[in-house]
Amino acid sequence: MIRILGYADRISAAPGECIQVKVSCEGLDQYDADLVRVIHGDINPSGPGYRDAPVPLDLGGPFKGRYQPIHAGSFGVVNAKPLFPAKSSLGLQAFVFPTLPGRGPQTILSRQDPQSGIGFRLYLDPEGAAALEVTAGGEKGGVVATGAPLIAERWYLISGSYDAASGALTVAQKPLKSYPWVNDADRASRTVPVNLAFADVGAPVMIAARQSTDRPATENFNGRIEAPKILSRFLPAEAMESPLDMQCEGLAAAWDFSIGIPTGQITDQSGNGLHGHLVNLPTRGVCGHAWNGDEHCWVKRPGHYAAIHFHDDDLYDCAWETDFEVRLPDDLSSGVYAVRLHGGVEEFYIPFSVRPPRGTTTAPVAFLLPTASYMAYANNRIGLDVPETEIVCGRLIQMSPIDLFMQTHPEIGLCFYDLHNDGSGVFYSSRLRPIVNMQPGHIGHLGGVGSNLWQFNADTHILGWLEHLDQPFDVIADEDLESEGSGILEGYRAVITGTHPEYYSVGMLDSLQSYLDDGGRLMYLGGNGFYWRVSFHPELPGVIECRKSEDGIRAYAPRPGEFYASFTGEYTGLWRRNGRPPNALAGIGMVSQGFDRSSPYVMKEASRDPRAAFVFEGVEGPVIGDYGLSGGGAAGLELDATDHSLGTPPHTLVLASSERHSDLYLMTPEDMDDPAPGLGGSEAEIIRAEMVFFETPGGGAVFSTGSIAWCGSLSHANYENDVARITTNVLRRFLDEKPFTPAPG
Amino acid sequence: MSRYRITQDDLRHAAEFRADPLGMPSPGLQRVLNLLRGGPKSGKYVLVVAEPFRRWILGRLPAERGQPVELLDGMEFTDLAEAEWAVFKLRWKAHTGKDLEQEL
Repeated sequence: MIRILGYADRISAAPGECIQVKVSCEGLDQYDADLVRVIHGDINPSGPGYRDAPVPLDLGGPFKGRYQPIHAGSFGVVNAKPLFPAKSSLGLQAFVFPTLPGRGPQTILSRQDPQSGIGFRLYLDPEGAAALEVTAGGEKGGVVATGAPLIAERWYLISGSYDAASGALTVAQKPLKSYPWVNDADRASRTVPVNLAFADVGAPVMIAARQSTDRPATENFNGRIEAPKILSRFLPAEAMESPLDMQCEGLAAAWDFSIGIPTGQITDQSGNGLHGHLVNLPTRGVCGHAWNGDEHCWVKRPGHYAAIHFHDDDLYDCAWETDFEVRLPDDLSSGVYAVRLHGGVEEFYIPFSVRPPRGTTTAPVAFLLPTASYMAYANNRIGLDVPETEIVCGRLIQMSPIDLFMQTHPEIGLCFYDLHNDGSGVFYSSRLRPIVNMQPGHIGHLGGVGSNLWQFNADTHILGWLEHLDQPFDVIADEDLESEGSGILEGYRAVITGTHPEYYSVGMLDSLQSYLDDGGRLMYLGGNGFYWRVSFHPELPGVIECRKSEDGIRAYAPRPGEFYASFTGEYTGLWRRNGRPPNALAGIGMVSQGFDRSSPYVMKEASRDPRAAFVFEGVEGPVIGDYGLSGGGAAGLELDATDHSLGTPPHTLVLASSERHSDLYLMTPEDMDDPAPGLGGSEAEIIRAEMVFFETPGGGAVFSTGSIAWCGSLSHANYENDVARITTNVLRRFLDEKPFTPAPG
Repeated sequence: MSRYRITQDDLRHAAEFRADPLGMPSPGLQRVLNLLRGGPKSGKYVLVVAEPFRRWILGRLPAERGQPVELLDGMEFTDLAEAEWAVFKLRWKAHTGKDLEQEL
């Protein structure tokens, strides 16, 4: 049981700036907090062990522990003025595409006082049938339901009406496509008291949820809702079962979700100004009922993208109150830090980077902290939800206390490797929530036999190595790279990546490419980098979008017609499908993954090229890295190799390569146009990590290892080994101002 | 999901696994492992970490998000290879009805 959780309002800050820390405790009355510099988060007794450095800074504790809830589930809110007279008739209508009908009551459109129940709601009842409730308090009112469950993933026009004069309460569901023998069209009516006073309610109109007494919303809808409308008069059922015209008399509200797709706002087109906002980022830029394949980009035909996909497990911002603020000392050196919350035996880390003071560099080398990739894997449930994980890891999955917590607390939200409860892919991932798998000391699932680290904690292998070298370094987070552009890298002689910088925005990629074009030196010390295109939200902080269009190794495929990011309108998917293959930047690109054992590299002929002599000074070879904490070898987990057809520079030197992997390593879908036998690591030659070096036209250079596991071998024999020697050789030469001689020609 | 069914010929693969549960399997053993390690999430064996890198308790995954992992009494390990072999035997019996220790 994890009794203390927290998150911060930012993931990167400069000295002198403030970070707001939000904490929730369960069964813990008091806790304390301190600031630590993260050095080596790997607790494997076979390695150097855990190491951090306390920062002498009083954060103001001890603090009183309090519980702050997480309310997952997306919905729309319209803080509406009175819509119509209290004793009015009523009409409600929406296109609906349910994805989990029958999974409890799910609201389509509501305005209901949570205490008294006064108001109305159009919803799917627990059986998944359309239902309408109108209540004026006490026993006055009633419910009518069709009794016919909707079929999942089919479009319906749902309508409901109340005739104040006759007391007729009617609800109907009309499928947009009918099938023989399938009876999912239905209408039901009953009579309730006339002139019910239900409309003058001090509650907001809510879309895809209804208000609750103990949380912001309940009975969330799973699926798509399009063009919800409210009518302040009665129309006969036949009229309600056709789309209402915008000129319809008595139209009180008519929301058009095709307007403002990148935003969190919803727009009322009735003329009554009943605009609203969305909570917890339901998915926008998705196909509506009218989509017919003529256009695949919502920017060009928004009318075909007038639906919003709501999920009962969407989560953007926990919106916890701040418990304390940390003002970073003016002289705090750049690095990776964490606020450590602790009480009794409980502790929880909230990591962030401290960048150098704005406009300055304080070290010759920058470590790019891949925070976009950390968000992409935030609270990843792959070991919990995906039964094949044991097969691809080649061993039993281990459940840490963090995993057990995630299993019983799914409300902490999902990431790009998870599916929503309705089976749809997760497009948005936020850091404004506790991220339980982004902590020093964390043990992952995919990190191979040994330490089994992934992303943040695996990257502390690099921090530990830099600290071992006493090498001064600055830390630049992905969000810094995105927001400030290439200027933030100016002044660094070398830039080092993390072990798995997989998720890149166009801004980040442009910044890094520009740095290289200007003579920078890049040490890509990982695997499967620069793979997926992501989009930062132009206004909302701390959230990215990724749609894994076309192909690539992915947990889901987006539906046809939904390959464009809602945040920005960018085409999504692999960077190699967007004209920017990682090979062009780093010389190599993703070719395979497997999560059992890693392999060594073997030096290739090009390792003897004078251009690369500096790399192998003091290295015996030819076998490199048949040891390590990440799978027992330096080449493993996810592998990159050269491909000249994908932009590997022609003068690239392949210095070393792994030669054999287990058959848990398989080719990537994007390389497997025509599957044939022999796709595994023991047979397919494409499955290899290639260590490469090349010079850039601006006098700089690139060194890439092509393996996530590489940095897990750095600390072997107290950093006295060929992997550490090669990496250090490259760093020393890259820090030397002397330009690299461009390749001949 | 694998359609493969274990036969007597796979006893040699079981012996291979017993000799090195965390090694690089032969193609024949890998085919057996794909079957034994496959199957749905519900009831899947996992190792619950009691002490990191030192002690584990066998558990089973629940069917749904939100439900707790079930801990299996008396199934505690201090060696990962032993845990792998124990689960291999449990799954072998579930698929074949036979006790692997007696067969080998």
